[in-house]
Amino acid sequence: MAIKKFMYINRKAPYGTIYALESLEVVLIGAAFDQDVSLAFIGDGVYQLVKGQNTQAIGQKNFSPTYAALGDYDVNKIYVEKESLEERGLTLYDLQHLVWEDEDEDWAEKDSIRLVSRSELADVIDEQDVILSF
Amino acid sequence: MALLHTVNKSPFESSSFDTCLGYAKDGSTILFIEDGVYAATTGHSVADKIKNASGVSFAVLGPDLQARGLESKLADGIKVVDYDGFVNLVAEHDSVQSWL
Amino acid sequence: MKFSIQINEGPYQHQASDTAYQFTKAALAAGHEIFRVFFYHDGVNNATRLAVPPQDDRNIGKLWQELGKENNLDMVVCIAAAQRRGMMDADEAKRQGLDTDNIAAAFRISGLGQLIEAGINSDRLVVFGA
Repeated sequence: MAIKKFMYINRKAPYGTIYALESLEVVLIGAAFDQDVSLAFIGDGVYQLVKGQNTQAIGQKNFSPTYAALGDYDVNKIYVEKESLEERGLTLYDLQHLVWEDEDEDWAEKDSIRLVSRSELADVIDEQDVILSF
Repeated sequence: MALLHTVNKSPFESSSFDTCLGYAKDGSTILFIEDGVYAATTGHSVADKIKNASGVSFAVLGPDLQARGLESKLADGIKVVDYDGFVNLVAEHDSVQSWL
Repeated sequence: MKFSIQINEGPYQHQASDTAYQFTKAALAAGHEIFRVFFYHDGVNNATRLAVPPQDDRNIGKLWQELGKENNLDMVVCIAAAQRRGMMDADEAKRQGLDTDNIAAAFRISGLGQLIEAGINSDRLVVFGA
């Protein structure tokens, strides 16, 4: 069966609701299916990737380290919408540095995050076969 | 590729519709369902955004509009569909993005 | 055409399950095939067999059960989301050493892979949520 383009669109902030965590669980399971996977972070979804999260005092598990492991699952196309970051007073430096190792280039470390404009991301979304929205 | 976008939140409460509009390319359709139907009525600032969005088609789920008593306030240029029409829209477009 | 449906919200709190139900019914009536209905997040709560809504209101869970039986629908409840929220079928309850189960027979519990598989095998995946 032909490989499909799967995109997970994340538009919700972590911890306040469970969508971010349970979306990540789908991504991890989905990685085993060898499809062409990409993630998009739009709107409050960009807050999921903010570095330095510490959930100790709210009694929830800090699941943000999992994003750094996505590269090991061959999930390395992570689109972050530029406008959403800017609207929230954030830059790429406020986010975790997510990387993956390219086996075709002697395991060279490469950035997973692709900072894209809304119109660029619209083009990427347009090419998808399956869109899972959270 | 033509995408069907669904919006299910009031544009006065959520930025979902604005975000959706930013992602709607020419040839795509935006379908208002549930509380999203409040965008499809006349006499407010959102109506102008719909009027100015050339290249994008708009539809509204009639049963949701009726339920909320707003059939007579429907803005021009928005096609009313029932659930059968919703199914047809999904079939006619290449994929569906729900702006939840 | 082959459709799959994902439902992210429970009954009553949000209209998502109602809309998904009406959509699924209309899709079947139009001759489309429903490959799978997948219940995720609080959507797993639609599978309870113990809801007793007022008599003048619709019974969403029951509507799904009837639609499922009539059309032999594959209605899957995500196991991870279900366990978190205390939704158990008889087997799972036994495995967990619990004294009861609460998932109606029309649904089956399975893993998230079923959602990905639905995406792979269907022409369209439609997500209903909040």
